[in-house]
Amino acid sequence: MAKLRVGVVSPEREIWTGEADMVIAKTVDGEIGIMPNHAPVLGVLVEGGVLRVKRGNEGDLVAAVHGGFISVADNDVSILAEAAELGSEVDVARAKDALQRAQASIEADQEDADARLQAKRAAARLRAAGEEV
Amino acid sequence: MGAQLRQLRRRIKSVKSTAKITRAQELIASSRIVKAQQRMQAAVPYEREITHAVSAVLSNTTNVDHPLTVAKEQPATAGVLIVTSDRGFAGGYNANILREAEALKGHLTGRGLAVRPYVVGRKGLTWHRFRSREMFGEWDGFSDNPSYANAKEIADALITAFKAEDGIDEIHVVYTGFVSMLTQNVIVKRILPLEVEEAETPPEGIPPYYEFEPTAGDVLDSLLPRYIESRIYNALLQSAASEHAARRRAMKSATDNANELIRVFTQQMNQARQAEITQEISEIVGGANALADAAAGKE
Repeated sequence: MAKLRVGVVSPEREIWTGEADMVIAKTVDGEIGIMPNHAPVLGVLVEGGVLRVKRGNEGDLVAAVHGGFISVADNDVSILAEAAELGSEVDVARAKDALQRAQASIEADQEDADARLQAKRAAARLRAAGEEV
Repeated sequence: MGAQLRQLRRRIKSVKSTAKITRAQELIASSRIVKAQQRMQAAVPYEREITHAVSAVLSNTTNVDHPLTVAKEQPATAGVLIVTSDRGFAGGYNANILREAEALKGHLTGRGLAVRPYVVGRKGLTWHRFRSREMFGEWDGFSDNPSYANAKEIADALITAFKAEDGIDEIHVVYTGFVSMLTQNVIVKRILPLEVEEAETPPEGIPPYYEFEPTAGDVLDSLLPRYIESRIYNALLQSAASEHAARRRAMKSATDNANELIRVFTQQMNQARQAEITQEISEIVGGANALADAAAGKE
């Protein structure tokens, strides 16, 4: 069966490239699953989403992806993220700390959009690391 | 005689300490070029992908009149982003940038546009302040090691100004392109209204027909600002690499000059010392001869 060539890139570096059977990402319209021979798609990803790359025997690759795009054409899948972090690279303690701080400032000020964004990002990082949020 | 010797010794000492400083600067710059080049390399995949995505959207939508791609019929003001360095010691690096920026300003004024400078880097800021020119955006502190957040901040300011009613109608950027260790060229480019730069190899045949999530317009809305950020980030990275390369070259020639000066001074010092010794000997010999003559005359 054909494989997908997947690249996860952020402006500052290439985060991961490799082959996969399936890619699941969250666009602003909802979750989208890409399998080989998918029609060309260009989607906008949500802030603080979790990207899942299924690789058969090698297990899943999970990453926290903050904003950006997914582009699919001809079995090439590119995830362009403003910032992204592999689940295995997430510092769980720091992410938990960041989530708590963000939630505290949301409680103090409901209109704090910045804190909401921080909370979303921290939650995505924790989910990518396999933690329950 | 002794005075000249002392003076030369003092000058050699001072030139030597200058050479030490310039040599250290040269070494620091050399090591930083490598890092800057790696950062440029690391940014390439994202640039390639985002350019690809933008061309995909533009080729799939027949009537693109996104505010960022449409040129106004009567442009009245132009913003110019000038990327300079924070520190000097880089030869003609900043002078070249500012000269090109002035040329661009003359060209734009000739077209009847009012020019608004947006300046990056302390050297450019002081240059504008000294001439008491108004700046519409000022950033400094990251010229030798820019992060994507810096590029985003600049892009946000420019895009906001571009979209505003009484804002700017065109945006140009003046930066130093890094070609190689030895060659860096000042590049002047218009970034808004947008002209998408095609990837190096144009795709063969008809581009695939894309589906968009949610819609082509929405994708374009969030894609174009990212594309501009990425262009600006690229300009900052290239400028940083060029800055280090220019500094390395300037410091290398300064070190070479200092070593040459030391050589010349050492030679002069040796000559002076030799002359002093010769004179002392001839004085002693002259004195001894005179004494011997006097003694011979007495007998």
